[in-house]
Amino acid sequence: MFSYCTDPSTLEGLTWLSCYLTTGKHLSFYASFVTVLVLLAITAPTALLFGFGGATAARSRIAPLRWFGKGYTAIVRGVPDIAFFLFFVIALDQAFEYLRHKVKCPDWEEPIRQGNDFIVCQAAKLPLSTAPQWVHETYGFLLAVLTFAIVFGAFAANVLYGAMNAVPHAQMETAEAYGMSHRQAFWRIMVPQMWVYALPGLSNLWMVLIKATPLLFLLGVEDIVYWARELGGTVNPRFTDYPHGDWRLYYFTFLLIFYLGFTRVSEIVLERLMKKLTHGQATTGGEAQRKAAA
Amino acid sequence: MKKLILATSALALTAGFAAADVVRMGTEGAYAPWNFVNDKGEIDGFERELGDELCKRAELECEWVKNDWDSIIPNLVSGNYDTIIAGMSITDERDEVIDFTQPYTPPDPSAYVAMDPDVDLENAVIAAQAATIQAAFIAEQGWTLVEFATPEETVAAVRNGEADAVLADKSYLDTVVGTDGLVMLERTEAIGGGVGMGLRESDGELRAKFDAAIQSMKDDGSLNELIAKWEVSSQW
Repeated sequence: MFSYCTDPSTLEGLTWLSCYLTTGKHLSFYASFVTVLVLLAITAPTALLFGFGGATAARSRIAPLRWFGKGYTAIVRGVPDIAFFLFFVIALDQAFEYLRHKVKCPDWEEPIRQGNDFIVCQAAKLPLSTAPQWVHETYGFLLAVLTFAIVFGAFAANVLYGAMNAVPHAQMETAEAYGMSHRQAFWRIMVPQMWVYALPGLSNLWMVLIKATPLLFLLGVEDIVYWARELGGTVNPRFTDYPHGDWRLYYFTFLLIFYLGFTRVSEIVLERLMKKLTHGQATTGGEAQRKAAA
Repeated sequence: MKKLILATSALALTAGFAAADVVRMGTEGAYAPWNFVNDKGEIDGFERELGDELCKRAELECEWVKNDWDSIIPNLVSGNYDTIIAGMSITDERDEVIDFTQPYTPPDPSAYVAMDPDVDLENAVIAAQAATIQAAFIAEQGWTLVEFATPEETVAAVRNGEADAVLADKSYLDTVVGTDGLVMLERTEAIGGGVGMGLRESDGELRAKFDAAIQSMKDDGSLNELIAKWEVSSQW
């Protein structure tokens, strides 16, 4: 990186450190922080959307939709995350490729499953094996987002289902007495009021999601924990210009601070959000706000 | 003008054909000197150099992919990459699931590293990387085994006293012996059948290409040179 870094063995102290911390390997480490943050930024709203869909389905008056919603939350919540992540991503990928194979190569004669192998025609590969590495990485990343969204969506669905039920029934009855249709009452009365009941559960989920990102490496996405372990491990002078002993403690301490800082910031934001949502609600929190103002 | 169009389309076509030959090479990137991530953040080591040379000889375009050791076989058979080149010993158990090329390093004994040179292995706690021949060997002996996901962690376990010894490929342990008082034991275990490249069972054509390339490197002595350069095993 810096011009004085050409021969690290002659460097000492801070200059050595400045060179060490700017190697290509470290830059990948810093980039993985961005990966994790982007993943969270995309996954959280997607999971919430899945959760909302699941909760609405579970409350539906149409029986098959209700079964689907209840089945989704029950199955996904019951299966261990790690099993989901190992099995699901490969299965999902194969499902996509299978569909593309059926569309793109209709006159393919060989079976798709040959023993242990899963073989689709070249044109059905996802991404194409000719695609550059970054396409593969982005695809893996999107699979990761989808898997996270499905898993956390199920938990969010359960939280939102509870929150919808927690909205006082009298509110809905009043809405319908005013002549609102079922749909209008749902969107105008229930949805705006349910968030205050959902937020404690959702904020828990957010905290768990932040800490679940190391599961990313199972999906082939290199996250911050992977790089911390890789960089902190002992390196022999034969393979590096910057030999050092077992420094995992320092790297993991750094991660600890990062995660604690991140969760603390989240807590502050969520607390403010809670205050805002409580405003004017018929809950004890809302009542307290009203009294304080008066 | 017509000629120009014809020429460009021909070029585009051949480029398309050439690009169809991209072979994705899967490796672990945590097993120096076989494969590791260098300071630049790229995959480096004996297998990097070997793989690049094999691809050149087989006239293939190759791309390197890093994958966790635990899921390295499932990701191969489901087609996320086309070969495993990660210091994987050829065993009957693995051969049932995937196919191997001919070995590119001869079968070498595995070695132990411990803090205490007189450790009694039968009553000791021995560390090994999960899903390796070494882990299978210790389990077979009925000794106490602790498994770790990465090679680095197996050695760290011996350093901090969690395990009394670690069993791994000798070439890997050579890179750590002598640091922090780690010593190599006299005893070695003759397990494994050489290291080869893993491929899907249905990929016979690609396997034949790599087999031929390995053979040609064996014949002209360049494989031995590489082995000597990286000190990964005994020579052919």
